[in-house]
Amino acid sequence: MKQDITKGLSGKRRAYSGVMRGLAYLCAGITVALIVFVIAYIFYRGLGHISWEFLTTTRSVLNDTIGILPNIINTLYIIFTTLIIALPLGIGAAIYLNEYAENRAFVRIIEFATETLTGIPSIIYGLFGYLLFRQGLGLGTSILAGSLTLVIMVLPTVVRTTQEALRTVPLAYREGALGLGATKWYMIRTIILPSSLDGIIGGAILAVGRVVGESAALIFTAGTGYALVTNYVQALGTSGGSLSVALYVYVYEQGKFDVGFAIAAILVIIVLLINFAAKFAQKRLKRI
Amino acid sequence: MDIITAKNLHLHYGTFPALKGIDMNIPEREITALIGPSGCGKSTFLKTLNRMNDTVRGVKITGEVKFHDQNIFASDVDVTLLRKNVGMVFQKPNPFPMSIYDNVAYGPKLHGSHKKNELNEIVERSLRGAALWEEVKDRLKKSALGLSGGQQQRLCIARALSVSPDVLLMDEPTSALDPASTMKIEELMSELKNDYTVVTVTHNMQQAARISDKTAFFLVGELVEMGETSDIFSMPKDKRTEDYITGRFG
Repeated sequence: MKQDITKGLSGKRRAYSGVMRGLAYLCAGITVALIVFVIAYIFYRGLGHISWEFLTTTRSVLNDTIGILPNIINTLYIIFTTLIIALPLGIGAAIYLNEYAENRAFVRIIEFATETLTGIPSIIYGLFGYLLFRQGLGLGTSILAGSLTLVIMVLPTVVRTTQEALRTVPLAYREGALGLGATKWYMIRTIILPSSLDGIIGGAILAVGRVVGESAALIFTAGTGYALVTNYVQALGTSGGSLSVALYVYVYEQGKFDVGFAIAAILVIIVLLINFAAKFAQKRLKRI
Repeated sequence: MDIITAKNLHLHYGTFPALKGIDMNIPEREITALIGPSGCGKSTFLKTLNRMNDTVRGVKITGEVKFHDQNIFASDVDVTLLRKNVGMVFQKPNPFPMSIYDNVAYGPKLHGSHKKNELNEIVERSLRGAALWEEVKDRLKKSALGLSGGQQQRLCIARALSVSPDVLLMDEPTSALDPASTMKIEELMSELKNDYTVVTVTHNMQQAARISDKTAFFLVGELVEMGETSDIFSMPKDKRTEDYITGRFG
């Protein structure tokens, strides 16, 4: 029998297909428009208020001037302190889970726990850090208390991304090293870690992103201090607000929206840079 | 002289018996080929000889394998030293993602050689031993992943030679290679037996007939028969061996 291929879909089905395609386009369009609008609006409101003085001075109540240098420094202190603890701990835990752990059930429980922990609202970490570090360990409102809280918060991210990276190392590399008589740790150090470095660095950059963007957990633990402390060790014991926390304080407690938008613009720029860095690191380090 | 002897070797993956009481003597400085259909246990047997099966979950081994008269499963055996003496070349070439030089220097370094000129000498000797030196001597610092498949496999052989093993285990070393590269590896194997004992697993019966001195035929976890390669292929004692080499199954 001759097959007619000229009259396929009925008009109704054709119309339905067209409408659905239009809806998909519309959803994508709205999403993109929202993102572009938010970023554009933040830059529009904020960029004009960023000046050299704004970036390089401290806030003075007497002169009624505002500078965010202490907040920038505090943010760097918190990033540094958090990473220097969270990276060794998280990478070590991931190595254990992937390379050493024999008990699969135990590993699955830990993996489920880390997965769950990544989804917990950060204010809960703040509450926990407030009780444990600020009061329990008597660290007071300090950069150290804040950083330790963020360590707990980013640890699951570091563990997960490191595990993913370790899993991508082909079995053949492992066999090659073991077949030559390498011990397990020698193999991990010389073959597995170097070939998964890109993923591990990607995870570290993600962690930095979370630290930079965090406010709720830090208000409870590191506080809102705005004094410039140049000595790192001294700063650890001092209350210090990060950029995100400063944004909250200026807008919510003082109604200074211009300052808020200026800080927001800086934060958006930092987050964009971090994401570019993550992409770059992943592309660049893939080939050793 | 037999360099490796297996006695009543049983191996289970979980509850599945993969090797059922293997007895085998492997003569020094000869090529022993292990043949048999897929799943017959020949690769498992090979990997037991340098305890690479240790890394597989749920493996249980009973019986004994002696290397130079020492039981390799004894509690005082250092697996690191066993694998240094019983090297391995895998089915798919698996050079590390580093330079040609660093691939060959990896083994000596891990066993404690760090002097530059000593390493240089080992790298050259090993690459010559694997008939690769002339092809790569001008690009030792280039990535090993840029080599052709056949060159990569010879690099893996050089890497195995770098720690001066007595025995080389080869797990279907040519099955991922083109015919020209396969021929080179076969020539190389014939040369290697002057200095090393070679045990190779192969699916290719012509290859076993061409290059090996002894042939062992495995079937469902048992060693059916082992003997001079010429005898196995011209007048096998066991009906099952005859069926296999004449292509009646497998």
